[in-house]
Amino acid sequence: MFEIVAFYLFAFLTVTMFSITVFTNNSLYALSSLAAGMIFISAFFFLLGAEFLGAVQIVVYTGAVMALYAFGMMFFDSLSTVKENIKNPRLVFLLTGIASLIVVLIFTAPIIATNIEAHYPINSEWGNSQQVGLVLFTKYLVPFEVAAVMLLVAMIGGIILAGKKMDVSYSELSEEQIDKLEEEKER
Amino acid sequence: MSLNAYLILSAILFFIGMIGVLRRKNLLMLFFSTEIMLNAVNVGLAAVSKFHEDLTGQMFAFFIIAIAASEVAIGLGLLILWYKKNGSINLDNLQNMKG
Repeated sequence: MFEIVAFYLFAFLTVTMFSITVFTNNSLYALSSLAAGMIFISAFFFLLGAEFLGAVQIVVYTGAVMALYAFGMMFFDSLSTVKENIKNPRLVFLLTGIASLIVVLIFTAPIIATNIEAHYPINSEWGNSQQVGLVLFTKYLVPFEVAAVMLLVAMIGGIILAGKKMDVSYSELSEEQIDKLEEEKER
Repeated sequence: MSLNAYLILSAILFFIGMIGVLRRKNLLMLFFSTEIMLNAVNVGLAAVSKFHEDLTGQMFAFFIIAIAASEVAIGLGLLILWYKKNGSINLDNLQNMKG
């Protein structure tokens, strides 16, 4: 009973939040509703008994990714409206529906068709985090390390890309120096 | 709740994200929609992991989260660079690219 109520409540909330994200014209609303939707998504992970994944969802997505987006949005005036002309909106919606249906069918077909045997069965003796740690550091150690290297490369790449052409630090200059610099730029 | 309920929810969320990717011309919204799609897949993987009593689904969800995080770092860097150059984040401006 509890699970059914929780499922439908959070399903409704996530779908509403993500719809706002997709259909709003205001970037700030989109960011906030996306963050809320991410939190509600974590509820499904808790319902499914994947507590560690739920915690990671809150920490990484709503903590790190959303903060990164918020910082990124400071670099461009995100409230300026972008002209969005689509020549044939109905066709876009139809094609979207068909394409996503096909994708879902392709990925769910093997699950329905065959009997699946668990490679790493869930052991009810231990908690979820314990089991995740056990499998992650024995069977998935190499992908784990590769993911770590990938994150490092992405971090360095992000810093280099965002920091390009920032040879002058405005925070270390006085007001007069900044005015002088701006005048030189305009010339 | 059955596995199908979770998979249908996952499909609906994926559909919303896909609408965003196809419809929006604002590059920032495109990134948001990608995040929605990745999250939808994560829900599906966690559900399969629970109902087949297998931890592999959860492992894949973790790696998807790691990929999403690095995608944001690189993508936002490129977006800022593009904005500095062009002064807008409209997707249609990308059509003007010449080698």
